[in-house]
Amino acid sequence: MSTQSHSGMVEKRGTSLWLTHALMIAGVLVVFFPIWLAFVASTVTQQEIVQPPMPLLPGGEFINNYTKALTSGVNVPVMTMLINSLIMALGIAIGKIIISLLSAFAIVYFKFPGRTFFFWLIFLTLMLPVEVRIVPTYEVIAGFGLLNSYSGLIFPLIASATATFLFRQFFMTIPDELTEAARLDGARPMRFFIDIVLPMSRTNIAALFVILFIYGWNQYLWPLLITTDPEMNTIVMGIKQMFPSGDDVADWPVIMATSILAMIPPVFVVVSMQKLFIRGLVDSEK
Amino acid sequence: MATLTLENVKKSFGKTDVIHGVDLSVNDGEFIVIVGPSGCGKSTLLRMVAGLETVSGGNIEIDGKTVNDLEPMDRDIAMVFQNYALYPHMSVRENMAYGLKVAKVPKPERDEKVAAAAQRLQLTDYLDRKPRELSGGQRQRVAMGRAIVREPAIFLFDEPLSNLDAKLRVQMRLEIKQLQSSLGVTSLYVTHDQVEAMTMADRMIVMNKGLAEQIGTPLEVYENPASLFAAQFIGSPAMNVLKGDVNNQTLSLENGASMPFTSKHQGPVHVGIRPEHIFPADDGILSLASSYAEPLGATTLLHGSLEGSNALLTVNLPGIAVGAGSPGQPHAKKFNFDAAHVHLFDLETGLNCT
Repeated sequence: MSTQSHSGMVEKRGTSLWLTHALMIAGVLVVFFPIWLAFVASTVTQQEIVQPPMPLLPGGEFINNYTKALTSGVNVPVMTMLINSLIMALGIAIGKIIISLLSAFAIVYFKFPGRTFFFWLIFLTLMLPVEVRIVPTYEVIAGFGLLNSYSGLIFPLIASATATFLFRQFFMTIPDELTEAARLDGARPMRFFIDIVLPMSRTNIAALFVILFIYGWNQYLWPLLITTDPEMNTIVMGIKQMFPSGDDVADWPVIMATSILAMIPPVFVVVSMQKLFIRGLVDSEK
Repeated sequence: MATLTLENVKKSFGKTDVIHGVDLSVNDGEFIVIVGPSGCGKSTLLRMVAGLETVSGGNIEIDGKTVNDLEPMDRDIAMVFQNYALYPHMSVRENMAYGLKVAKVPKPERDEKVAAAAQRLQLTDYLDRKPRELSGGQRQRVAMGRAIVREPAIFLFDEPLSNLDAKLRVQMRLEIKQLQSSLGVTSLYVTHDQVEAMTMADRMIVMNKGLAEQIGTPLEVYENPASLFAAQFIGSPAMNVLKGDVNNQTLSLENGASMPFTSKHQGPVHVGIRPEHIFPADDGILSLASSYAEPLGATTLLHGSLEGSNALLTVNLPGIAVGAGSPGQPHAKKFNFDAAHVHLFDLETGLNCT
């Protein structure tokens, strides 16, 4: 457990302390400014945004704009898109974790013909991003009639070489003696998986969940391709759909409110799972 | 409660033979220690009995029933591992009860057994802790507890004390031995430490290069080693081995000295003399050159080379046998030994030919 503080590792005092803080604050300001602008834009009226100079302080339209976004939106209420995104992100994250846990378990603990071959096959797919295989995948999903469905959104993205690889690496650090002790205790393979391997991997699972949830939430191209019905839009692509085509006027305050709303769930997941996330990345319980 | 029989048990990994055929018959309640240097196959032998390694040849029987092809869980055994192998996410209680839980023993019965084992091992106050919150000795006890709650027919120990410090090792050694004899469970214990073998075993198996060199009680092995290997491995400090020759009732040593000796064997031999059987004598036939003394308090070890040859010799003298003014310098220079304590070993086979 890394509970002891690391404050004593590098001594900082005087000017260097001020300098590091000044740099940090400057960095935070640079990163935060566009988000602040978006927030300001979501609390003023359309006129105020269009008129130069653009306001830098929040206006009084917060409740109006957000209510409008959540309940009616531009094409479809933002609430619907949030729910779609949530279902997709959770489906992808949980599905990926279950599948990669099981495949890593098979690869590490069972001897079967072609074990190494299958491992490298999985590993090779790491090199193929979604975009490369998107046309054939679309063909398959369309053939199954899964366009405009949650299954269509989730299943093509559910297999994960990265997660399989990470779990494989973690399982290989579990001492053989533990496996043997479980065998002597009478635990059959699935029992061993559920009682020993799963609980020991829980910090890794949490860390991966955070990463995969955000991966799922931020999917853009795939939902854009397979959802034509606005009712199935996810929020990240939905923002794009809110942009006017032709001569329509963009409702910037509502679009900005949608952007801010789209950011909240990933931030919530990261912040609430921060402790487990960091523990999963830095140490494994042994 | 069970007997264990090994008949010509062999093991090979691919083309490498690691165990060349071991025969052993263990009586009910007996404590057998398998001792040998690393790589001699002792752990492999134990793991074959446990069912963690397949048997390449021969037969393993528990209570007269062949278990070669049974899964570990069906052999009615429990094993204590070198690194304890406690489940890190489970409390002490859960660790000890896990085997029973898998075997679907009802919870009240499980709790009762765990409580009894915990009391026996003085773990009652630690039942709700996680293994990482325990000291090495306590973890060792939990591993023992996990073995005893299942009331197995046979206990297997795989170098269970090698991760403990010297003092704790002595204490745990006693505890394990007491526990085993009070439970009366047949046990197989693997160690590379000959002191553990001497102190704990009812009978010990001295293993070398995949062969059982000698099977016998500790004192049998000590007093009458079957081979040069067993003679040198058992006993600390190790037995002195000199080159010698037996001819017509006379034993001549490599330093030129000779003494009357009766033996069936004639010709060149290895002559083994334990350090504790050598004593100072003014007319002794062994004289130590450039010796160095290690006073241990109860005894003093003298290391030196034997004058008249290039053999090294160790002598173990009772008490403090160093000069007061010059620590490190022994009193005596000349030593002798009793012909009754001499062991002869064949030059080629290494077998005892006294």
